[in-house]
Amino acid sequence: MTTLIAGISRYLMILLIALYTYYNFRFFSMKDEEGRNRACGRQLVCMFMLHFLANLVIVLNTGSETLMLFYGIQVVFFLCYLFLYRFFYKNASRLLLNNACMLLCTSFIILTRLNPERAMRQFAIVALSTVAAFIIPFIIDRIWQLARFPWLYAIPGIVLLLAVCTAGTTSYGAKLFLTIAGISLQPSEFVKISFVFFAAAMFYRSTEFKNVAVTTVVAAAHVLILALSKDLGSALIYFVSYLMMLFVATSSWVYLGLGTGSGVLASTISYKLFAHVRRRVEAWRDPWSDVADKGYQVAQALFAVGCGGWFGTGLYQGMPDKIPVVDMDFIFAAISEELGGIYALCILFICLGCFLQFMLIAVKMQAMFYKLIAFGLGTMYITQVFLTIGGVTKFIPSTGVTLPFVSYGGSSALSTLLVFNIIQGLYILKRGEEEEDEKGEAQSEGQ
Amino acid sequence: MKKGKPNPKANRNILWFAYGVVGVFLCMSLYFAHFIFAESEDTINNPYNARINGMEKRVVRGKILADDGTVLAETLVSEDGTETRSYPKGQQYAHVVGYSTMGKTGMESLANFYLVNSHVNLMEKVVNELSEQKNIGDNVVTTLNNELQTIAYEALGDRRGAVVAMEPDTGKVLAMVSKPAFDPNVVAAQWEELVSGDGSEALLLNRATQGLYPPGSTFKIITALEYMRENQGTYPGYNFSCDGIYEYESYKIQCYHKTAHGDQDFGLAFANSCNGAFASLGLSLNLKELKSLSEQLLFNRELPVSLPYNKSIYQMGENADTWEIFQTVIGQGGTLVTPMHNLLVMSAIANGGILMTPYFIDHVENTGGQTVKKFMPSVCGELMVANESAALTALLKQVVAEGTGSALLTDAYTAAGKTGSAEFETGRETHAWFVGFAPAENPKIAVCVIVEESGSGGKTAAPIARKLFDAWLTP
Repeated sequence: MTTLIAGISRYLMILLIALYTYYNFRFFSMKDEEGRNRACGRQLVCMFMLHFLANLVIVLNTGSETLMLFYGIQVVFFLCYLFLYRFFYKNASRLLLNNACMLLCTSFIILTRLNPERAMRQFAIVALSTVAAFIIPFIIDRIWQLARFPWLYAIPGIVLLLAVCTAGTTSYGAKLFLTIAGISLQPSEFVKISFVFFAAAMFYRSTEFKNVAVTTVVAAAHVLILALSKDLGSALIYFVSYLMMLFVATSSWVYLGLGTGSGVLASTISYKLFAHVRRRVEAWRDPWSDVADKGYQVAQALFAVGCGGWFGTGLYQGMPDKIPVVDMDFIFAAISEELGGIYALCILFICLGCFLQFMLIAVKMQAMFYKLIAFGLGTMYITQVFLTIGGVTKFIPSTGVTLPFVSYGGSSALSTLLVFNIIQGLYILKRGEEEEDEKGEAQSEGQ
Repeated sequence: MKKGKPNPKANRNILWFAYGVVGVFLCMSLYFAHFIFAESEDTINNPYNARINGMEKRVVRGKILADDGTVLAETLVSEDGTETRSYPKGQQYAHVVGYSTMGKTGMESLANFYLVNSHVNLMEKVVNELSEQKNIGDNVVTTLNNELQTIAYEALGDRRGAVVAMEPDTGKVLAMVSKPAFDPNVVAAQWEELVSGDGSEALLLNRATQGLYPPGSTFKIITALEYMRENQGTYPGYNFSCDGIYEYESYKIQCYHKTAHGDQDFGLAFANSCNGAFASLGLSLNLKELKSLSEQLLFNRELPVSLPYNKSIYQMGENADTWEIFQTVIGQGGTLVTPMHNLLVMSAIANGGILMTPYFIDHVENTGGQTVKKFMPSVCGELMVANESAALTALLKQVVAEGTGSALLTDAYTAAGKTGSAEFETGRETHAWFVGFAPAENPKIAVCVIVEESGSGGKTAAPIARKLFDAWLTP
């Protein structure tokens, strides 16, 4: 009986996520508000059904009452979150909200499968973080002095990164964490946001050469400190985002060319300088010649993806724990193995959908400051997604970054929630302006 | 908040960037889809993939079959569900089919992935899954020919040695025997004995691919090729007078049993395997070129063989002394070769200089007999150009027609080949070699035979090759 249910839910879940993803893109071509609302409603139906099926399989496999309870709490959390968000922020982007929930839902499913204890910890952190991040759209909407003091973003950011670089704890060769009072934080996840705010505020002020030069020096300082901490994945993400923000702010091909050139140069130098960079590149080029050592992680990920195939082995039927750091950098492989290649592709497209939302908001914002924030955060987000998924699938060398919202990790979850809420804030701000304009027009028509 | 100066180009740049990202993500998803669709099966077929063992728990290991369907290995399931792996042919296929009890060797290792995969139809799978029955694994049909394997196995008798045969134009391995052998049915029970047995027995060693022997006169093929390369057009005019012992400086080189061959031209010297003639022409060779030719012919190199093997060894450098040259050009000295490697060189000669990658699995079929995967011949590389292989074929034919390979002289077909009698220890009988192919004009089979400590290649090894040729070529 269990096998029958597991078998059927495996295919149903793939159908549900595919439907969900379909509505995600169908949404963009819909013009009327009503249709869009309906699409979003259906997405939630898909999500809750999928969540139910996955947890049914989990409970059937483990027979654990704790996990049944855990599922119940998750449902309550999602319902409350969705309801309260839309209650307080009528103008919030439902699609973005849904996507955040869908990615978190997948994260809870796969983490529960991999390690229930960690899943519960992650859930607790996410729940607290949603509460903390709840106020952000309110702040963005009310406080307009955010662009005033760029140094207020840069200085604490650099200090934090320096602290990690000197006193941080090492994880897989890179210094990533600061441990304060027993809680370990990954500051680079938060400095990301202040970094984007700093660059946006500076470029908002002026795009004269002098100002650009000062901004670039500070941005380079961020990237260099990250490189010194051997956190090259983050360094790359910061670098790409800054370069693209600079390009959008100045529309200067010279800056873009110079930036790309120095990026290539820096990559070459770090390839020559750092043994662990060479290792990763070699493992990417040919993981098979040294499966036992260098290529081990990538090879295990490819075995997982390959054995899972399009439809996956089903939860608990694969061996995702053979992959080192599976719950963080390589979570995409675990999803692909047990939930299926189609499911994994849908996750990729949902992430891409979030990014496109970010870009649409960036285009709509009139103030350069807000435009750059939406664009910069969007670029950070999608670069990170690209590096993770590309690394797992051997499309590019693996850089050891996490998949936002899906991977295990408290700092990453909180920071991603902050980013999504900032974007929501901008969206709400914009919608508010539009509504006022409409009211104004209606009034003027009425006169 | 005051509105900033709108940058008219900014939005366009943002959109371009977004399109770029969409493009990159589409490429990545296509790459991912391509991996799952086309590459995943080859990827997961890897000994480091622990998931294969997981598959084994859900599947009854498939059969290994000879090319005519003869069962070489099968899993018997008793009523209480215990599974035993049985090898009906016992010792005969011991090395090439291998065993799967104490680790996996031979085809059991090579084809492991296919054996534990099941392509029964979907309905049956669902029914099996629901009734918690194991699926029946796929069968692996090998390229091995039961008749040739039996003949080779019996012809070697109690002697140590190896016989390998393949199709030169496809690379299909037709037979692979190594003696002494072990019984794969009782490997687990006899394990201690097998691994601790004294060195000379080495029952588990697959002599065909792992046994390193001095090539003896079979190396003269390479010496001859180098001489022909350096003396294009003039080599047929080569002349040597053999009185059984060739003396040069203070060194003496004997022909086999000190036979005096008399006046020898190049073809006759090769046909009679005249050591004196080869030692003397060897002195004129460019040693650097000889080494590079040997390496071109896969000495000191990886072989395109999917079973475990040893690399053949060629040592002589540019500054070798006279004695080392004498020894090396007649296949003694530090040179060592595996029978499989010798066969590969021979089948490249038979195939116009092109070496086909040897392979053991013809196809994989599900338990109902439907083909799941078919393996196709593939070119491994060009070892020599076509007119060189033609010239060598002429020499090899002469060996059978007028020289040491007369055991293969028959009206039914024209054979080509080279004998060898390799000294490996003073005072011990030589190893007997034969490598060759037939029919010479349109080769269908290439064979390599080595019989340890059994005297001359012409007397001991060539007759075994003859049996294989007869069986394969005469109806």
